[in-house]
Amino acid sequence: MKQKMKKNSYGVVGKIYCSLIYAFLFLPIVVIVVNSFNATTSKPYLSWKGFTFDWYLKLFENEELLQSFQNTMIIAVCTTIMATIVGTLAAVGMYKYKFRGKSTIDALLYIPVVIPEIVLGISLLTLFAKISIPRGMFSLILAHTTFSIPYVIFNIRARLSRYDNSIEEASMDLGANRLKTFFNITLPVLAPGIAGGALLAFTLSIDDVIVSYFTNGQTMTLPLKVMESIKSGVSPDVNALSVLILIGTALLVVLTQSGILKGKKNM
Amino acid sequence: MSGDKKVIVEIKNINKFYGSTNQVVKDLNLEIYEGEFLTLLGPSGCGKTTTLRMIAGFEEPTSGSILIEGQNIENKEPFERNINTVFQSYALFPHMTIYDNIAYGLKMKKAKKDVIRTRVMEMLELVQLGGFEKRYPSQLSGGQKQRVAIARALINQPRVLLLDEPLGALDLKLRKQMQLELKRLQRKLNITFIYVTHDQEEALSMSDRIAILYNGVLEQVAQPWEIYEKPATKFVATFIGETNLFEGYVSEIKDNEVTAVIESGIIQGEGDTFELNEMIAVSVRPERMKYSLSPVEGFHLEGVVKEQVYVGSILKTIVMIGNGNEIRIERLAGESLPAEGTVYLYWESKDAKLIHTADHVFYQAIENIQMGREEPV
Repeated sequence: MKQKMKKNSYGVVGKIYCSLIYAFLFLPIVVIVVNSFNATTSKPYLSWKGFTFDWYLKLFENEELLQSFQNTMIIAVCTTIMATIVGTLAAVGMYKYKFRGKSTIDALLYIPVVIPEIVLGISLLTLFAKISIPRGMFSLILAHTTFSIPYVIFNIRARLSRYDNSIEEASMDLGANRLKTFFNITLPVLAPGIAGGALLAFTLSIDDVIVSYFTNGQTMTLPLKVMESIKSGVSPDVNALSVLILIGTALLVVLTQSGILKGKKNM
Repeated sequence: MSGDKKVIVEIKNINKFYGSTNQVVKDLNLEIYEGEFLTLLGPSGCGKTTTLRMIAGFEEPTSGSILIEGQNIENKEPFERNINTVFQSYALFPHMTIYDNIAYGLKMKKAKKDVIRTRVMEMLELVQLGGFEKRYPSQLSGGQKQRVAIARALINQPRVLLLDEPLGALDLKLRKQMQLELKRLQRKLNITFIYVTHDQEEALSMSDRIAILYNGVLEQVAQPWEIYEKPATKFVATFIGETNLFEGYVSEIKDNEVTAVIESGIIQGEGDTFELNEMIAVSVRPERMKYSLSPVEGFHLEGVVKEQVYVGSILKTIVMIGNGNEIRIERLAGESLPAEGTVYLYWESKDAKLIHTADHVFYQAIENIQMGREEPV
C-alpha cells in the first residue's frame, strides 16, 4: 500500500517534470508558428496585431529566399544519394571483410563527427582552394557528403550488429547466387538502417550552416539566407517558411517512423 | 550391413587449415550411405561443423575431395549443390512471411506459382504448421522456427540434408520431442541426414551411425551400440557414457584372453589384435563392474567404498582402489550395492574393452627406428 502511494507521488512529479521538458522543447516552435500568422508590420515583429496569411503570400514573392530553398533541396538530395551509397557499401564491407588497418579506419570514422564543424569548414575550404574546385553548388555537395557519410555508416552498423550472416548462406544454400542474395536478402533486411541513414544525411545537409558558410562561394542555401535576413530581427516571412519546413519534416518523420517500426517488427 | 548400401557422399582425404598452422580437420575419410542418419559427434572445436560446411560448400577443403553421388563437387558453389542445410540459428529470412521463407527455394528454381503453392502447403502440413503461412519469423517460438527451417530446407527435395546442431537452442523437453520428430521425418522421406551435434545422448538415440571427431581426427564410425560397447579409442570410451579406464601393458595372451598389468594389480579382458608388452587401455562400463565382499578366483582389484549416490533410477557407488583412482559401479535402484568397507572388484573378460593406446604407436615407432626398419615419420 505504502509502495503504491510512493509510486503515485513519483507519478505526479514525473508528469510535471515531463510537461516542463516538453514545454521547454516546444515553446519556441509555438512562438514561431504563432508569429507567422501575426499581422504586425513594425520591427521587431513581436506584438500581436491580428491574424493574417500575408507572410505566407509574401514568402512566395521572395525570389531570393525561394532560390536558396531550391539550392538547399538540390544539395540535400545529391548529398543523400552519395552519402547513402558510399556509406552503405562501406558499412557492409567493413562488417564482412577483415583487412589490414581496419581498426584504424574504424577510429578515423569518428573524426568528422567529433571535430568542431568550424575546423571541418576551414579545412574543406583550404582543400577546395588548393585543388582548385570552384566554390558553389558542387563544393557544397562534396562538403555535405563528407560529414554525412559517418552518420550513414553508424546507422547501418547498428542494424548490422543484429544481422545474422547465416541468412545469406541460407539463401545461397537454397539456390540463389550472390547477386540475388544481395538483392533478395541483404538489402531488404538492411533497408530500415539504410533509410534511417539517408534521412539523417538529408537532415544534416538541409540545416547545415557552419560548413556551408565556408564552402558556399556565391551560392546561397536556405540556412545561410535565413542567417542573413535575421540581422534585422526575425522577419515573419522567415517564420512562415520555418512553419512550412516544420510541417514537411514532421510528415517525413511520421512516414519513416511507421516504415521503420514495420521493419523492426519483422526482425 | 553397409555392404549392400549405396554411397551417396564420399569424403576423401580432406584436410582443412585455417591460416597456415591451425588444422581443424585432419585427413578425414568418410562414406555416407543413401538414406542413412549419420551423426558427426564431438566436443566443440573438433571440426564437425567445418566438415558439414565443406559438404554444403560454405568452406573449401585445403586438400582432398568430396564426391556426391560419385561426382566431385569441388568447383560447385553452394547454390549449385543439391544439398540443403538447416542452420543452428535457423537463419530464417526476417523480412519474409513463413510462406515466402519456405517458398524461397522453389522461387529460385523459377517454379510455377501454383506448384509453389501446393508444395509449400504440403511442407507446412509435414512439419505441422498449417495456418502459419502469413506470420513472420519473429512471431514464432523457437520450436516453430526450427520446423520452418526444416520445411524450407526440404522443399527442394535434396538428396542430402545437413543439420548443424538444429536443436541446440531449444529447451530440454522440446529437444527430446523434436528428436523423435526429426527421426520420424527422416524415415518417412528416406533422405540422407548428416547431423552435427555435441550431445552424445542425442547422437545415440537418433543415428543409424555415429562418426566421432576429436581434434579434427575421425576416431570411430560405427552404429550407436558399437560405439558404446566397443569404443575404438580412449577418447571414444570416455566421451560416450561413463566408463572406468585402466592403463597398463599386456603381460599374457591366451587365445583371445588378454591379461594386463596395471598400477593397482592384474586385470583381464578380451581382444585379438594385441601383442605382448603392448601398452593398452581397458574400459569397463560402470554397469558391467562386479564386486564381491571377499577375494574372488582369477583377478580382482581391492578397494574401499568411498561414496554412494542415489539418482532416482540408478544407484551409484564410488570405490577407491590402490593407486587412488576412483572406480564407478552402477546398478538399477533396488539392487544392492555395498555402502561401506572393503570390496573386491572384478568383471567378466568379455565386458572389458581393450584399446590400443597412442603410446603403443609411439613405442612401436621408437622400436622401428631402433631396429632400422623404417624411416621416422
